[in-house]
Amino acid sequence: MAVTPSPAAPAKRATLSSRRSPFAALAEKTITGWIYFCGGLSILFVGLILAFVLKEALPFLREYPFGKFFTGIHWIANGSPAQFGMVPLLLSSVMVTLGAVVIAIPLGIMTAIYMSEIAPPQVRDVLKPAVELLAAIPSVVLGFFGVSVLAPFLSGAFKLDIGTTMLAGSVTLAFMAIPTIATISEDALSAVGKDLRQGSLALGATRWETIRRVVIPAAFSGIIASVMLGIGRAIGETMVVLMVTGNGIGMSLDNMMTQPLQAFRSFFPAYGEICNTLTATIASDMGDTVVGSAHYHALFMLGIVLFAITFMINLVASAALRKGQLQQ
Amino acid sequence: MVTRMINGEQTNTEAAATARNGVGTARTTRRTEDKRDMTVRVSATEVNFHYSDGFHALKNINMPLYDRHVTALIGPSGCGKSTFLRCLNRMNEEVDPGCKLGGKISLDGLNIYDGTVDKPELRKRVGMIFQAPNPFGMSIQDNIAFGPRLHGKYGKSELDALVKRCLEQAALWDEVKDKLKASAFSLSGGQKQRLCIARTLATNPEVILMDEPTSALDPASTQKIEEMMETLKREYTIVIVTHNMYQAERISDFTGFFYKGDLVEFGATAQIFTAPQNKQTNDYIKGKFG
Repeated sequence: MAVTPSPAAPAKRATLSSRRSPFAALAEKTITGWIYFCGGLSILFVGLILAFVLKEALPFLREYPFGKFFTGIHWIANGSPAQFGMVPLLLSSVMVTLGAVVIAIPLGIMTAIYMSEIAPPQVRDVLKPAVELLAAIPSVVLGFFGVSVLAPFLSGAFKLDIGTTMLAGSVTLAFMAIPTIATISEDALSAVGKDLRQGSLALGATRWETIRRVVIPAAFSGIIASVMLGIGRAIGETMVVLMVTGNGIGMSLDNMMTQPLQAFRSFFPAYGEICNTLTATIASDMGDTVVGSAHYHALFMLGIVLFAITFMINLVASAALRKGQLQQ
Repeated sequence: MVTRMINGEQTNTEAAATARNGVGTARTTRRTEDKRDMTVRVSATEVNFHYSDGFHALKNINMPLYDRHVTALIGPSGCGKSTFLRCLNRMNEEVDPGCKLGGKISLDGLNIYDGTVDKPELRKRVGMIFQAPNPFGMSIQDNIAFGPRLHGKYGKSELDALVKRCLEQAALWDEVKDKLKASAFSLSGGQKQRLCIARTLATNPEVILMDEPTSALDPASTQKIEEMMETLKREYTIVIVTHNMYQAERISDFTGFFYKGDLVEFGATAQIFTAPQNKQTNDYIKGKFG
């Protein structure tokens, strides 16, 4: 197997050193360094913000009993003594989000299935940007729509005493979560290979059987991720809930906390009353509080709770997305 | 030819009736008798096919497919052989919804392009194996049971028996019998393709279409699949598209040579490969082009 160079071989380059000018090499280094710096900077900013929030929140642990913060069922910042129990706020946030998710999951996923599997290409080319545009509506605009249109409509339809309710918040938040769920689910469904669809059809499956038994299972992780991101969007949303949900704790919500064993009785009535979410509390209280006071620190503590929740939701979502990519 | 086709249709209606009566019994009688008479299972008459972009992919194709024989479709890339294959289970309509087919293709004398034809039912009877193995992301067992679950209700023991029988037919049982619940993605390429064949067999088809089933596989896996086809052709009518002329010569009883949308020559494989009537066929099988 000895290789003998043929006499006709082209002349070989004598050196392995760079053909480029020294200037080009310098430019290469500068650009790489600059990109590296920018990437590092954004990570640094996130770290600094987190550090700042922690710094402002941690003094609260000295000013107020930790256990009472996590289990207290009253948030009365101006009371004497002031009470900072986060349960009503967390419960409001969770229930508003739950309502939004219950509305948004079926609508979002069905929209995704329609766009990816059923709509003719021309319809889909219009529909997908339209749904994505829905995500681009500023939340204050949606909130305004919620207050002026949805709230009166819902209170009339369900014969409620007031307009700004948890239900109005859930419906408005559902509008915000639907585009997220629909577009990310649609991406996941469209990514399912043609070969799998054809394989199923060739076995005598109908179009719907193919969607249900092959396409949706194959896209399942992506759909889960879309739902998690939708939840993350809803639970972190501030402006809509601030405008639409009334910012107080309704009677039923209070009953749920004082009589936890009978909480289910007050569960549905609570949707017809006002509530006060974590995000809305931070936003509405921040202007009235004295910098450095216990109240001020308590709000940052709420921020940390909120951050922990959305962080975990995003973690689950990205794990689901990664799992989906591995499968494909 | 015409009289033969009519005869074929009559005998085949009876054969199909027995086949539908019971999976097991019909199969065993067929296997023991193995009287591979020359009845026409599928016949294409004056088939013209246009893709939605107007490309005239098939021009006046007339071809019989004989019951329980292997018919190979050969020809250079883009000559229409895969298109013709997909006409036989109406798969073109899924690939390109705007396509148009003229002429007639009949299965046991029934026009498969008739308005009353239920495509899922047709595809249940005319199964298809694709070029790249395409198992579903579920267990080996569930892949096989996919078709049966769509088309009827089966008890657990019935399904288990069916899974075993199909995997045996596809020469895969010994390799996977201990891991039926493992993901189909854990199999090798050749095993995946045999799984896809087993999956198709599970719907109890009469005709099996194979679109270059071994072109993505190594020689050992190819050999296994070719050996399996020897057995399968005792029970099924098989049509295989292949780029490998040796493969066509080895496994098929009839061969059709396609060139630029025309069926240039069709005949017994032995004749096509030893004494082709057409110069183009001769040039292609001698490797002068393609």
